[in-house]
Amino acid sequence: MSNPSSISNSVIRIAGNSQDGIQSVGTMLARMAGRIDMDVMTYMTIPSTISGGPSIFQVHMGTATVLTPGDLADVLVAFYQHSYENHIESLRDGGVLIYDDTHVDPDLDALRQRRITPVAVPMTALTVETVGGTGTQKGKNIFLLGLLTRVYRLDYDKVAALVKEQFRGKDESVVRNNLLALEAGYAYQIGDVGSFFTFDIKPESGETNVTMTGNQALAYGAIAGGIRFGAGYPITPWTEVMEILRRELPRYGGTFIQTEDELAAIAAAIGGAYGGTPSLTGSSGPGISLKTEALGFAVMSELPLVIIDVQRGGPSTGLPTNVEQSDLSIALNGSHGDAPRVVLAAANVEDCFYIMIEAAQIARRFSVPVIVLSDQALATRLEAFPYPNLDSLVEEPSLNLATRESHKPYPLDAPTHHAPPGTKVVDGRYPTITGLEHDEYGNPSGSAQMHTRMTHRRSDKLRRLAAELPPPEVYGAKDARTLLVGWGSTCGVIRSVVDQSITSGEPLAALHLRNLNPLPPSLAEIFAKYDNVLVVELNEGGVNGCGQLGRLLRAETCQPQIRGITKSDGGSFRVSEVLERVRGILESTRRPATL
Amino acid sequence: METDTLTIEPAEPMTRDDLKADRPTWCPGCGDFSVLAMYQKFLVDRQYPQEKIATLSGIGCSSRFPYFINTHSVHFIHGRIIPFATALSLTRPELFPFVIIGDGDAFSIGGNHLTHAARKNVNLNVIILNNQVYGLTKKQTSPTSPLGFRSKTDPWGSRMTPVNPARQIIGAGATFFARASAANPKHLIQMYERMSAHEGFSVLEVLSECVQFFKGSFDGASSGKGGDFVEIGPDHDVTDEGAAFALAEKPFPGVFGVFHEVRRTTLNEMEQENIRAVAPAELQRPTVDKLKDSFNRLT
Repeated sequence: MSNPSSISNSVIRIAGNSQDGIQSVGTMLARMAGRIDMDVMTYMTIPSTISGGPSIFQVHMGTATVLTPGDLADVLVAFYQHSYENHIESLRDGGVLIYDDTHVDPDLDALRQRRITPVAVPMTALTVETVGGTGTQKGKNIFLLGLLTRVYRLDYDKVAALVKEQFRGKDESVVRNNLLALEAGYAYQIGDVGSFFTFDIKPESGETNVTMTGNQALAYGAIAGGIRFGAGYPITPWTEVMEILRRELPRYGGTFIQTEDELAAIAAAIGGAYGGTPSLTGSSGPGISLKTEALGFAVMSELPLVIIDVQRGGPSTGLPTNVEQSDLSIALNGSHGDAPRVVLAAANVEDCFYIMIEAAQIARRFSVPVIVLSDQALATRLEAFPYPNLDSLVEEPSLNLATRESHKPYPLDAPTHHAPPGTKVVDGRYPTITGLEHDEYGNPSGSAQMHTRMTHRRSDKLRRLAAELPPPEVYGAKDARTLLVGWGSTCGVIRSVVDQSITSGEPLAALHLRNLNPLPPSLAEIFAKYDNVLVVELNEGGVNGCGQLGRLLRAETCQPQIRGITKSDGGSFRVSEVLERVRGILESTRRPATL
Repeated sequence: METDTLTIEPAEPMTRDDLKADRPTWCPGCGDFSVLAMYQKFLVDRQYPQEKIATLSGIGCSSRFPYFINTHSVHFIHGRIIPFATALSLTRPELFPFVIIGDGDAFSIGGNHLTHAARKNVNLNVIILNNQVYGLTKKQTSPTSPLGFRSKTDPWGSRMTPVNPARQIIGAGATFFARASAANPKHLIQMYERMSAHEGFSVLEVLSECVQFFKGSFDGASSGKGGDFVEIGPDHDVTDEGAAFALAEKPFPGVFGVFHEVRRTTLNEMEQENIRAVAPAELQRPTVDKLKDSFNRLT
C-alpha cells in the first residue's frame, strides 16, 4: 500500500437517520473546510417521508479543486445497521468504515476482502456518558464531529468555535453539552486511522470564503440584484428560497408574500414589476407548469420579471426530492404562442448567486422575463466560494417616476421602458399594459402588419442579448476529438471527467452552457471542430438518444455529430459513470461497419 | 425606495374629458356604459391625481374597461387580476387601484383569488360587473347564471345552483360588500364612494345587463321596467354579519346598498408591520452592508 498519510481530497459519507443531526454536522464540516480555504462540495439525500427516515450527508473536501460531491467515499460513517448495509458499496476499497457498535454489526470478512479498515466507536454510549442524556440521541452528531476533527487533524479550536456559533442563542447548558460531546469525540482513541488522512493544509490565502447552499445563494443573489418584491407557493425544493426572501426582504424595505397558489404567485410578481419594483417568483416543475400562461403575459406586455425554477424529477409530481434537468424544454418554450424569454442556468452554488444578479439586470435592461434554472442537487448542496465583492455587485433599486412629456409603452423604433403608475404623462395619454396584441400605446390591434412588427420587436431582445454574449470557452485538452457539452449542476462532474481523461489516452474537452436562451454565438463553428459532441444531461434521451439540450443544439447548429449522454435515475452523474459512457460511445463509433 | 420626482404644477382639476380614451366597443344598450360613465364621474368627483389611478381588469366584456378610460391601465389575463392588484397595492400604497372584472373572472376562473384576497383583507377595491352570462364568447353559462338559464352550453337550461355573490364574498371574509345596478347610476356612484372610503378588501357587485345574450335579466330590479329597486334601509347594521347573510338570502333581484362593512387589519398593514419591525436605522443602512451581515454569518 502506498503511503496515504498526506492526501489532498477526501470524501466522507455520513449515513444515519434524518433526526440524528447528520445534516448539521455535515454542514459544520463543510463550513470548517470553507474557513480553512479548502474546496468543498456536499451532497445529501432527504427522506421523502414526512417524519424523517434514512438520510445521508456526503462531504467532499480538500486542498485540491473539488468539482463534485464525490463518487465513492473514503470514509463511511454508519449510525445504524441499515446505514451500513445500504452504503457500504459507496465506500471505496481500502477505505475506512466508522460505525456505532451499539447499532451496527458489520461483516468483517467482507470488509477485509475489500481492504476496508473497520473502526468501531461506541458513539451512542459515549455521548450519553459524556452529556449525561437519558436515552437521548442528542449530541451524537457533535461527538462524531469531534472524532472527524481528530481523523482529519483539523484545527480543534476552530471547530469548537463553529459549534459555539451553531448553538448561539441557545441555553448555555446546550452549548456546554455540545462542547463536551465534541471534546469526547476528539479525545477518543482510534488507533492509527488518523495517519491515513492528514490533509496537505495549504497556507491560508487570507481570503475569506462563504459556505452556503444553492438555494441560499439564489435568495441572496436576488437581494443583491435589487429584487424587492416576490411571491411564491411552497414546493420542494424551491421552498427554502421563498422562506429566506420572506424573512430577509423586510430588512431591505421589501416584501415577499406566500400566495394561495402558483397562478397567484406569478400574477403578483408581474403586478409588482408593473408597479416598478424589481420582482420575482419561483417554483419547481409542477408550479412552473402552472405559471406558464402568465409568463406569456409578461412576454407580451414586456414586463421585467425573474422566475426561478429549482428543478426536480418530473413529469407531474415526479420525484420531489431528487435531481433532474428535465425542465429545460418548459423553460425555453412553456407558454403558448411565440413567447421569447431569456433562460439562464446556474453551474454551481457560487453561480447561483451571480446568476441572479445577472438575471435581474437582463430583465430590467430588456424588459423581459428571465428564467433561472437551478436544481435539487444545487438547492441542497453546500459549497465554499470566495466572498463576493459585494461593494461592486449590489444594485440599489430605485423607482423612476419622472414625468414624461409623452409615453408609448411599445414604441416600434425603441425598446420598452415602462412608465410605472404614478408617472405623470404631460400630453395626457396614459398607457395600457395588455396581453392582447397591441399598438405602440397598448391599444388592441388585430392588424397583420402590427402583429408581425410587434412579434419581431419582442424576439429582437434575444437577438440583441445574443450579440452581447462572448463565445463560450472550451475547457480541457486542445487536441481533443471529443467535446462534452453540459449545462447546470453537472458542470463540475463534466470538468472532472475532462481532468481525468487527460491521463487516459483519450483526452476530452468540455463546454459549459450558462446561457440557454439565447445561446451564445459560434456554437456551430466550435462543434464542427470535433468528431464527437456529447451532450451530458440529466433527462430522457428520447427517440434519437439526445436529451433536451442535445435536441436543441442539433436543431440550432445542424451538427450531426451531436449525441446524448443522458440518464433519469434521480441522481447526479458520477464521474466514473460519464467516463464509461463516453468510452462506450467512442468505441461504438470506431467499430468498423460490418455488412 | 420611493423617489417621487414629480414637479409641482399648477393644479388644474381633472375633467371627464381627461379620462376619456377609446370609444367603448360594447353593444349599444350594454349596462357597462353606465358603470364606466359613473366610474369617470366618481374619479372626477374625488379628484385623485390622474397619474395615480390604476384601472386593472381581467378578461371579458367588462374587462375591456382599461381601453376606455385614460388612466394607467392593465388588461391582464383571465382570473388573475386580483393577485396582480394585491402586489400593486402592497408595493405602491400611494396609488389608487381599481379592479374591474366580470362574474366569470370573479367567481369561476379566479374564484380562489377572490376568496383569499377577502380572507387576507387586501386593501383593494374590486368592482364586479355581473351580467350572469359569458358575453364575450357569446352566451355560455356563467357561475351566476340563474337556474333554468338557456345558454349554448346549457341548451336545456342550467341546473346548477348559481353563486350567491354576497354570501360567498362575505363568507370568505371580505370587510366590505355592497351591491348596485348599472340601471341606477345615482345609487351606483354612492356605492363607489362608500367602497373607496373603506380601508380593506372592498367588493362592489354591479348588476350590468347584457342586452345581447341575457336581455331583461335585471328588469326585476328596475322601476322603469316594472320592477322594484329596493335599497337597504337605515336600520341595517353593516357590522352584523348575520344580518348581511339574511339580506343575501332575499330572492332575486334582492336588495341594494352596503351589506357589510367592518374594520379589520389589512394585509397591507400586516406587511408594513414586518418592515416597521426592522429598526429604522437598520432600514436606512445600504443594501451592501446588510448583505455583508448575512454573508459574514455564512463564512
